[in-house]
Amino acid sequence: MSSPPQLDASPDRGRCWTASGSWTVRHAAALSETLDQLRIDVERIDATQIERLDSAGAQLLSRFVRRLGLDLDTVELREDHRALFDAVVDVDSRPPSEGGRNGALIAWFEGVGRSTIDFFQDLRLLLGFLGQTIATGVLILFHPHRWPVTATVHHIQQTGLNAMPLVALLSFLVGAVVAFLGATVLRDFGAELFVVDLTTYAFLREFGVLLTAIILAGRTASAFTAQIGTMKSREEIDAIRTIGLDPFVLLVLPRLIALLIALPILALVAMVAGLAGGMLVSSFSLDIPGQLFLDRMSATVQLHHFLVGMVKAPLFALVIAMVGCMEGFKVGGTAQSVGERTTSAVVQSIAMVIVIDALAAVFFTEIGW
Amino acid sequence: MTDLAIEIRGLVNRFGNQIVHENLDLTLPRGQIVGVVGGSGSGKSVLMRAILGLRPPQGGDIQVLGRPVTGIPDRDTHLRESSGVLFQDGALFSSLTVAENVEVPLKAHGRGLTSVLRRQFATLKIRLSGLPLAACDKYPSELSGGMRKRAGLARALALDPDLLFLDEPTAGLDPIGAAEFDDLLKTLQQALGLTVFLITHDLDTLYTICDQVVVIGERRVLTVGPLNEVERFDHPWVQQYFHGPRGRAARRQG
Repeated sequence: MSSPPQLDASPDRGRCWTASGSWTVRHAAALSETLDQLRIDVERIDATQIERLDSAGAQLLSRFVRRLGLDLDTVELREDHRALFDAVVDVDSRPPSEGGRNGALIAWFEGVGRSTIDFFQDLRLLLGFLGQTIATGVLILFHPHRWPVTATVHHIQQTGLNAMPLVALLSFLVGAVVAFLGATVLRDFGAELFVVDLTTYAFLREFGVLLTAIILAGRTASAFTAQIGTMKSREEIDAIRTIGLDPFVLLVLPRLIALLIALPILALVAMVAGLAGGMLVSSFSLDIPGQLFLDRMSATVQLHHFLVGMVKAPLFALVIAMVGCMEGFKVGGTAQSVGERTTSAVVQSIAMVIVIDALAAVFFTEIGW
Repeated sequence: MTDLAIEIRGLVNRFGNQIVHENLDLTLPRGQIVGVVGGSGSGKSVLMRAILGLRPPQGGDIQVLGRPVTGIPDRDTHLRESSGVLFQDGALFSSLTVAENVEVPLKAHGRGLTSVLRRQFATLKIRLSGLPLAACDKYPSELSGGMRKRAGLARALALDPDLLFLDEPTAGLDPIGAAEFDDLLKTLQQALGLTVFLITHDLDTLYTICDQVVVIGERRVLTVGPLNEVERFDHPWVQQYFHGPRGRAARRQG
């Protein structure tokens, strides 16, 4: 329907070339190639035969004319194309003020530097956030009417009660798996009974609280970030501030306190469920009846194993709540930023939980607990 | 080729029991800026979405540039290549820079343009839209509302479409920014010979740049015509709209 763009010599008019056809973005690829290869000696270009001209075509034409060293006035144009051509030339001839783009290697170094700085800034932010939370908490400690009781109870239900089935089920399954694994190794030594020790030690000291913390890091830290982040991006947090309320009291403290209460309880549930899983596997496939399992447990387990596990629970709760809330506050204006920060909250909190757990394991082993 | 940009016959749009348009007829010529006004919820955006084929209507017939829109699949390249759309807040792809945003239509319909040429055309459109060159490598979240609209306009113009759809382009801009946007639109419309379908609440925009005004209400088009005819139209809503305090102020300036 539209004829391809052409540029031909017009022998009868001296050193004048005639452009015709449709000079549009549809044909721009081929046209640009043709023009780039063309080395001609002309005085004028007659563009009045062009049927359709759009801004892409106008740009190619004007650049071609300039490359030939001709004045732009030597281009003859149809009256209705003149305005477009002039507008394109005007914009195109303004000096570009582009900032230089760096090469790949420099960009890579720049990226490494940026992430390093970001890491330390994040750490500093997290400490500052923690400090502000504690300061706020101490401040309202003596003003019971400002305690966010309703919100705290709501979050205990959200993060604690509603997560209980999931935590119990997963711990039960992991408990069963640990017992199976132990059994396959210990059977060779005829020491099946030690499956009891393995399961109880693992769940009381590590797995109960660690599994709970990892599940909550995925389930709750992300929820905190998404909730607060959405509020941030819709300027709800600014609204809270302008009304004279403290977002830390309204948003951060209830979540932190709720998690400090919910996580130890959930950890206890996880320990019991894990032990139940181990007990079930023992009685069905290892011929260790439930009564023997419990006897063996009470004979070997000491209180401090339980404490080693439980003492980590508030620490994990603190990390998950702080990272979740802080990432929420870091959300910028866009919907995309909510997603980015949520991912970052989950990754950070899971990583920190496992690192802290490893350090704690070393510490408790060293002090002989 | 037909001289009509948009031709709508007996359009019906319903959401459940709620009827938005009933037997709506509208014909718009080429090469004009058409302002579309109407109360909130009168179905201006629904009409635009129907014309663009984004929302299949329950009845009626829509022709854009002489080709039917109703009942054709999303991949109707003719409609997509000959129309550009600026959504309310720009609807720029947030994971791409401004220049990459403008290059998207060129990539989709550009027929083998090299990346250098794509970049060159995208840069031209961005500068035509009145943005500084430095904006090319910025992400939409780094731009102000006015700049996002200009970037959205650059993307809408990427393929030099015949038809430009704008959904409240001056909403959320300050008066100076809005006036600049109006000027830009008028300049581009004249230079590129565009037909512009402009949904607006901005009376200043209507008075300064629109050649024709379409008033939508009571599920149909109440009246179409040049502004001085439309504002004399005898209908309570139209009278209130153009002769309220804001309308009077805009007319004095315009």
